[in-house]
Amino acid sequence: MKLSSKDLLGIKELTKDEITLILDTASGFKDVLKRDIKKVPALRGKTAVNLFFEPSTRTRTSFELAEKRLSLDVLNLSVTTSSVVKGESLIDTALNIQALGADFMVIRHSSSGAPHLISKHIDATVINGGDGINEHPTQALLDAFTIKEKIGRIEGLKIAIVGDILHSRVAKSNIYLLTKFGAEVRLIGPPTLVPKELEGLGVRIFHDMDSGLGGVNAVMVLRIQMERQGKGFFPSTLEYSKNWGLTSERLSMADKDAIVMHPGPMNRGLEVASDVADGPRSVILEQVTNGLAVRMAVMYLLAGVRE
Amino acid sequence: MLKELLDKKDMDRILARMAHEILEKNKGTKELCLVGIQSGGVHLAKRLAGKIKEIEGREIPVGSLDIAFYRDDLNIRKEQPQVRKTDVPCEITDMKVVLVDDVLFTGRSIRAALDALMDMGRPSCIQLAVLIDRGHRELPIKADFAGKNIPTATDENVEVSLEEDGLEDKVTIE
Repeated sequence: MKLSSKDLLGIKELTKDEITLILDTASGFKDVLKRDIKKVPALRGKTAVNLFFEPSTRTRTSFELAEKRLSLDVLNLSVTTSSVVKGESLIDTALNIQALGADFMVIRHSSSGAPHLISKHIDATVINGGDGINEHPTQALLDAFTIKEKIGRIEGLKIAIVGDILHSRVAKSNIYLLTKFGAEVRLIGPPTLVPKELEGLGVRIFHDMDSGLGGVNAVMVLRIQMERQGKGFFPSTLEYSKNWGLTSERLSMADKDAIVMHPGPMNRGLEVASDVADGPRSVILEQVTNGLAVRMAVMYLLAGVRE
Repeated sequence: MLKELLDKKDMDRILARMAHEILEKNKGTKELCLVGIQSGGVHLAKRLAGKIKEIEGREIPVGSLDIAFYRDDLNIRKEQPQVRKTDVPCEITDMKVVLVDDVLFTGRSIRAALDALMDMGRPSCIQLAVLIDRGHRELPIKADFAGKNIPTATDENVEVSLEEDGLEDKVTIE
């Protein structure tokens, strides 16, 4: 079994079988990460370029480490120090990097669709590291891996995603993946950030935290994006956390074994209380470890797709 | 045309003899461990460990090794090899490791297994036990313990099927 596309642009384009293949392969890579020598020669001699047009420490370092563990040569391009500042176009940037011999390009961009545009013009493998408010496929894959590892399955589970869904590419990718696998997805948050139109994605919408969390098996908390404060989405962060902050009291509404997830970075005390984030049900740090294994799996499998 | 080379009884006798040979060469079970190469060698390694226990009365560690990441043909295959579990339950540094595989052919899988083992530690020595040696080595690799030597043509296919996989115990050539 192999992946059908040379790129990983989104969860939307992946079949259930392809996602399962990625998650199964990630298990094997998780073993590698436990060894003393955490490196395998699988992609030795190939080159990966991390093209991050938006700031990111977490995703970028995760990809960088995953690439190094596969023995790839790694180049990190940060937009502020690149020719993009001189006005070079996106496609030209990508073509120039390919001309240097890049086999993989991991792209994060503030415009939705940027990686898709680039993939049409280059032969190298394009991996979407987050595009605008569209998708963040590797995040959803690592979230799915974490859920499967902790709970054993995705089908039939009730999973709540809490927060600024409207602007969240993490939420979108997760919604596509979890619904593909037959989970009941509940979106919880203020009506301004969780509009009714999202029901079209096959999810249930709640504006009341307590009823939304009833009996759920996993709670995914999203970061309150401070940069959107002051645009009228909610009166104040205090008001937000009073109504939708995940406290241990609210968590008790969920299933007794429910896990707490967060893509990071978190605003401690705001969208999630400290004792919950550090509590026994939190899998936030495991998500980070799993992210490494999942990204290794993605790159390993994409290397096997030849046109 | 499918031809059966070994049946269940043949295989059992061969494994018993190999277990004795392993014990003879290593003068017992001290610092000995078996590592089966995924996926053909894993069940065979467990069977050999079982026979060693019957003879010597001692249990030795048995592991499984996936060599997918160490293969030398990742660039030319049509699809990536499936990634399986690697579970070596003991520290292999200073141990005598006996690699176990079902069929020894070109020797490239063994080369990959050697690289994988070296990344995991520094064994005091590595020996190779295979059920079938079918010749046509492409690398300077030899088996220390071979169940049966079978001359084959390169286009022939030797299959070892095992009860643990839900099939009959037998070795066939086609």
